[in-house]
Amino acid sequence: MLRLYDYLLSANCYKPRLLLSMLDVPHDLVPVEFYPGREHESAAFRKINPLGHIPVIEDDGFILRDAHAILVYLAGEYDPARTWYPTADPRLLGGVASWLQFAEGTADTASAARLCVNFGYEFDLEACVAGAHRLFRVLDEHLWFREQEGLDWVAPAAAPTVADIALFPDVALSEEGGISREDYPSLRRWTERVQRLPGFIDMPGVLPVAPLPYPPT
Amino acid sequence: MNASVPQEPGAAILDLWHPVAIREDLRAGETTRTRLLDRDVAVGLDDDGSPTAWLLTGAQHDAAATPRLLPTIAAYEFAWTSLGTPPEEIFKIPECDEPDRRNLATFSVGVHVSAPRAVENFLDLGHFPYVHAGILGQAPRTEVADYRVEVDPETNELWARDCEFFQPQAAAASTDGQMSQYTYRVPHPYCVMLYKSCPTDESRFDVIALFCQALSADRVLFHTFMSVIDEVSSDAQIRAFQTLVSAQDKPILENQTPRLLPLEVGDETSVRSDRASVAYRRWLGDLGVDYGVIPRGAHR
Repeated sequence: MLRLYDYLLSANCYKPRLLLSMLDVPHDLVPVEFYPGREHESAAFRKINPLGHIPVIEDDGFILRDAHAILVYLAGEYDPARTWYPTADPRLLGGVASWLQFAEGTADTASAARLCVNFGYEFDLEACVAGAHRLFRVLDEHLWFREQEGLDWVAPAAAPTVADIALFPDVALSEEGGISREDYPSLRRWTERVQRLPGFIDMPGVLPVAPLPYPPT
Repeated sequence: MNASVPQEPGAAILDLWHPVAIREDLRAGETTRTRLLDRDVAVGLDDDGSPTAWLLTGAQHDAAATPRLLPTIAAYEFAWTSLGTPPEEIFKIPECDEPDRRNLATFSVGVHVSAPRAVENFLDLGHFPYVHAGILGQAPRTEVADYRVEVDPETNELWARDCEFFQPQAAAASTDGQMSQYTYRVPHPYCVMLYKSCPTDESRFDVIALFCQALSADRVLFHTFMSVIDEVSSDAQIRAFQTLVSAQDKPILENQTPRLLPLEVGDETSVRSDRASVAYRRWLGDLGVDYGVIPRGAHR
């Protein structure tokens, strides 16, 4: 069975958890105590990932680290429809890769702010918050234009891609780092759409969305 | 009357012991910076390995200046300090001395809420089936049976007794649902604990405590502590259980308005199951607590 080395409160671990659930892939979660135990930095865990980071997956002897790399692998291996990582369309694929890169930016800002506030990490909180707002503004605008084209997702496709999964946790948990989403209506509508995808699971800090008054079409 | 909300804590808060670090996180030769009551505090270990804390004010950020040492003690896996004149001893949790107990600092997290709001939430049985569904409660068994609240005349601590609630997974070691018996104890304006029937030993109680470190009037470090009888679970499993429960509380607490706890009766509507909350507010007012709260008669 596929194993995910996981920590409940990690935004990066939430990404593969979310995609595994949406793709309905059976898996075991192996808890790694990030806080307060710092187990990811232990000698035992460094044998699995010398960088001492989570998440890591182990699939039939294949070990892979880094959230976005794991998303790409899971989509390639477990999505026969090839919509989550759309290899058939080079332009779309390039767009997905570009938004994965953008999500590294939200991890370094929005997610880092959350680590400061929640767990006392000594990053420059003000700079993290300001950086996150810059990126959220860009993403909000981008999603507004997508909506005008009748498209729901970050990449210009009818179906969601790994880019949506890569961006969702940092956005949905941003309030914990003191980054309000009040000024980003398109961003808020997009998080609701992600939350209504089949197989969606939440994590602590992601507040459930109210049910729609009518069944989604 | 109609004074504004005080910005500085008075003696009722200054003279208390406050948690400032998990004891295990402190290492010889290293200094941790933290906040307490809107002030910068450094915590470290002295030559004997006992925790030590000092205030960082202006020039004292400069390492060369002589720091103003604060009184410091180690208790219940935490280092505690005080900005005023603290009592000689911190409140007692006698259960922790039982030889087969496991005493653990379980999980700490920053929460954007006042310490009294966090304590009040801890006292609330009613939120279990909604916020901790499947663990500490389960719909439709949502009724909070009546319970007693009293102030112990000797210690002036607040107690809520004879609390009972159905819990699908009461603790890390639970294998089945149980009717849990709870006793709540508030020994300190910002600290609260509960005694809860232990799933592995019917004659004794697990102790779960919340020690709030008030970073400012409306921000806390939410420190949890457990003293449990559990021969089965690993430390990491016990901590994982508390991590999940605390993480579920965090967004609920952060969405409460106002963040400060109003002490005026009638500012918020209470129902019968809020008996403990109502008594806690009155008790804080009687102690003269003026920080993390909207005092009686003050306008917001």
